[in-house]
Amino acid sequence: MMNNNLRGSVAIVGVGQAGIGEAHGRTDMEIMVEAAQKAVSDAGLSMRDIDGIATASVGASMWALPTVEYLGIRPKFIDSTMLGGCSFVSHMLPAMMALNAGLCDNVLVCYGANARTSPTMTFAQQESRRAQFDPHPYETPYQSNIVTSYALAAARHMHQYGTTRRDLAEVAVAARKWAQLNPEAFMRDPLTIEEVLAARLIADPLSLRDCCMVSDGAGAYVLTRADRAKHLKQKPVYVLGNASAVWHRQISSMPDLTVTAAQESGERAFAMAGMQPSDIDVVELYDAFTINTILFLEDLGFCKKGEGGAFVANGGIAPGGRLPVNTNGGGLSCVHPGMYGMFITIEAVRQLRGEGGARQVAGAETAVVHGNGGLLSAQATAILGTEAAL
Amino acid sequence: MTNATIFEGDGPEKVYHELLKQGKFRIQRCGACGGHIFFPRVICTLCGSADLAWIAPSGRGTVYSTTVLRRKPESGGNLNLVLVDLEEGPRMMSRVEGISAEEVKIGMAVEASIIEDKGAPLVVFHPAGEAK
Repeated sequence: MMNNNLRGSVAIVGVGQAGIGEAHGRTDMEIMVEAAQKAVSDAGLSMRDIDGIATASVGASMWALPTVEYLGIRPKFIDSTMLGGCSFVSHMLPAMMALNAGLCDNVLVCYGANARTSPTMTFAQQESRRAQFDPHPYETPYQSNIVTSYALAAARHMHQYGTTRRDLAEVAVAARKWAQLNPEAFMRDPLTIEEVLAARLIADPLSLRDCCMVSDGAGAYVLTRADRAKHLKQKPVYVLGNASAVWHRQISSMPDLTVTAAQESGERAFAMAGMQPSDIDVVELYDAFTINTILFLEDLGFCKKGEGGAFVANGGIAPGGRLPVNTNGGGLSCVHPGMYGMFITIEAVRQLRGEGGARQVAGAETAVVHGNGGLLSAQATAILGTEAAL
Repeated sequence: MTNATIFEGDGPEKVYHELLKQGKFRIQRCGACGGHIFFPRVICTLCGSADLAWIAPSGRGTVYSTTVLRRKPESGGNLNLVLVDLEEGPRMMSRVEGISAEEVKIGMAVEASIIEDKGAPLVVFHPAGEAK
């Protein structure tokens, strides 16, 4: 199968983060390039070595241009595909193809946004602007927003499978417990199930604590071919599988609100990797809302459809639980500047390098990274592994 | 014959809204596969054909999912949003009026009507069998 030529053919050799939480007085470009500089030097490379770029932005439709300009590079491979929050997980596959074709040697994937402290545009202003250039003409008249869309999915899952608000709260509490082990996480105060349930409802059944935060943050990673990766500074983290799937844009066009396109992206990514969920040591999922984690655990095959609530219950995905999920604290408690897919990738790399500190999953050799974009619309799955998993 | 009219004149998005202004809620039926689609398009998402014609749906539907957008009274108060599965098959976003936002339940039978909202016509639903 053609896919097998790509398995393990490239590796993530450098990662960097900047401006996590609040980055007062700094622009989104400044924190992104700080993260990029850190990722490149983490790899033992120089910005002069970067000859491929992949990046995307919520606020700027031609984001690759100012990025290239600011970095002062002349890339031979440029990808600025915008699939929402999963973009940076999705960017792996075109980069793998370009690297394997010999079009370039080192691809920098980067993202940054100061959604929390931006002096020029608040999160509400960004949302309002997006409604204009990215319209949902058959939903906006009903005053739908991001939260109502995910709430509709949560309500349907509860109706169909008996999932409870307590199950959703388990996801938020597990994320917070991981965040408490991560000095970089933005929200580290204790959080209980009761506090999540008692929090102000935003859109039934989702309360404030079922929703990800809005923070600043930037991240970057560097991809290179496996043969080159061996000679660089860090332990390579190989891309064993990667796939993306898009089934809709507006939530009203989603065929079944309890089944996401993660089923398809996951199946293809696992097929490329020649692996299955039971082979995975650590899982990093895009938890924009608590229901996401439950949906993706089901759709990626970690449990059966409808059993996600039971899977996360009683600390199932918290530290010490049955499966380590969202070990940095997730978009719920660690960082979420709008497109979180970058940060799940970086966290998986750190876990596979054994750099997780107090939150390190012992002996982690394989990881699933799963990104979500739009309104459960775009899904991208990556299977990463150490040399032992090749 | 396919490609009869859908590529000519005003596009389906404009036609849909013009019909709504005349008090007519319309969806599209595909002449090639017989399926119905919503929202209005220039090709059928079920089979790819451009042989689409406007039909009047029965207006009957079932609530597929529901939520309440929680807002302070000064921001407009609580608001219901639903996804309704129309009897003809397609799903659409709307809201159920005539009962409180929290009383709307998944599986509830509802009927469409057109109201004026912020100066534009809008399709909303009421519990089936109740006066609008």
